[in-house]
Amino acid sequence: MTIDPPVEATVLRRDYSLTGPEHALAEERGLESAEWYRSPVPRARMKQLVARRDGPAIRDTLIWFALLGASGSMAFFAWGTWWAVPAFAVYGVLYGSVSDSRWHEAGHGTAFRTPWMNTWLYHIGSFMVWREPVSWRWSHTRHHSDTIIVGLDPEIAVPKPTPRLLIVLDLLGIVSNWRELRKMSASSVGRITPSEATYLPETEYPAAIRWARIHLAILAGACVWSIAAGTILPLMFIGLPSFYGRWLVMVFGLTQHAGLDEDVLDHRRNTRTVLMNPVLRFLYWNMNYHLEHHMYPNVPFHALADLHEEIADDLPPVYHGLSGVYREILPLLRRQAKDPSYRVVRPLRSEAPA
Amino acid sequence: MTGSQWVDVADVDDIELDDVMRFDHAEVTYAVYRTADGRFSASQGLCTHAQVHLCDGFVIGDVIECPKHNGRFDVFSGRAKGAPAVTDLRVFATRVLDGRLQLAVPAPD
Repeated sequence: MTIDPPVEATVLRRDYSLTGPEHALAEERGLESAEWYRSPVPRARMKQLVARRDGPAIRDTLIWFALLGASGSMAFFAWGTWWAVPAFAVYGVLYGSVSDSRWHEAGHGTAFRTPWMNTWLYHIGSFMVWREPVSWRWSHTRHHSDTIIVGLDPEIAVPKPTPRLLIVLDLLGIVSNWRELRKMSASSVGRITPSEATYLPETEYPAAIRWARIHLAILAGACVWSIAAGTILPLMFIGLPSFYGRWLVMVFGLTQHAGLDEDVLDHRRNTRTVLMNPVLRFLYWNMNYHLEHHMYPNVPFHALADLHEEIADDLPPVYHGLSGVYREILPLLRRQAKDPSYRVVRPLRSEAPA
Repeated sequence: MTGSQWVDVADVDDIELDDVMRFDHAEVTYAVYRTADGRFSASQGLCTHAQVHLCDGFVIGDVIECPKHNGRFDVFSGRAKGAPAVTDLRVFATRVLDGRLQLAVPAPD
């Protein structure tokens, strides 16, 4: 016996796919590649803020690699003892989570002033965070064009109603990495998925196919190595950290947009900025200034705090720390699991022009 | 120079170093650049990726960076320097005459 869901639940459950009816609806409503509100900043000051330097990113990347090396070495020598657990816990986060912010900043080309350094870091970060680099560059471009526009944005991490089980599973990357593995597997045999085709130009297909094959080949190599060596240890260093070390990607990532308004053209209504301590800001590479980043993606990570100071008066109140922001997010997502129309109203001192 | 004509854009000092200025002529929009070392160049005014005005972008070295998606182009050759910028910008000749910057635009038919 089947029971039809209540009409209200049917109406409120939207289709987030890029190939469904919401795509055309968003276009009809003028939401595609639209003009977004930006808090005003004098041009001369913006030119200072967007200035690029190699120094901060070189320093932070060397520190990151050193921490990876140190924790990885400890994990290797502690293998077989309980000390391997905390060592791999640290290595895993540095590999599977910190790579996300490096992927992001280098993907924008703003980490370094020198282009090839951005390229290298982007590819290293892409592999560690389990993302085929070509397709994701274009996916992220679309995310910036159409942030949290249903039917257009491929990177809406938390649809409504809240899929609580999927969020919990994705703390270990089970959902995202499985989806990416399927996508890369299709790409590797020359098949671009219909969703991907909505944001990936055909001219980029060969590069996407090539990089999917490269990533899969490295992962397969790690598997073969583990099998040949009769131990899971190689995979604990390559590949599996994208799962067991991913939880911080979720903890950070949910603060960006989760639960906020969809289909609005003002980042102040769909993006958060969270003040964090210097350690977390190193791990997250200042992506906690996420609202500022969306308004002005040209500003590199090392200048986002300064940008925040310039426009803070025009933004909603910031959140103070992870505990502060999750005091909003957890009850919000719990409520939206049952009532997707529930929303928080964030106070603004000025409204975006109509 | 066949097929084009010189039009007056602005006083050279109206364009700051390391900056870009919008110039509209005959219903076409252009972006005029001045690099940190004082050289001028010009291109079509809209990014070839998403048609965003490059005058709102930023000159970094010899590159113009689109304000929307960080698409980058060489300001002298117009060459797209990586995704999402994959189609080159059309560039136009410039010259300075008596302290005025001029742009070579297509001549009317």
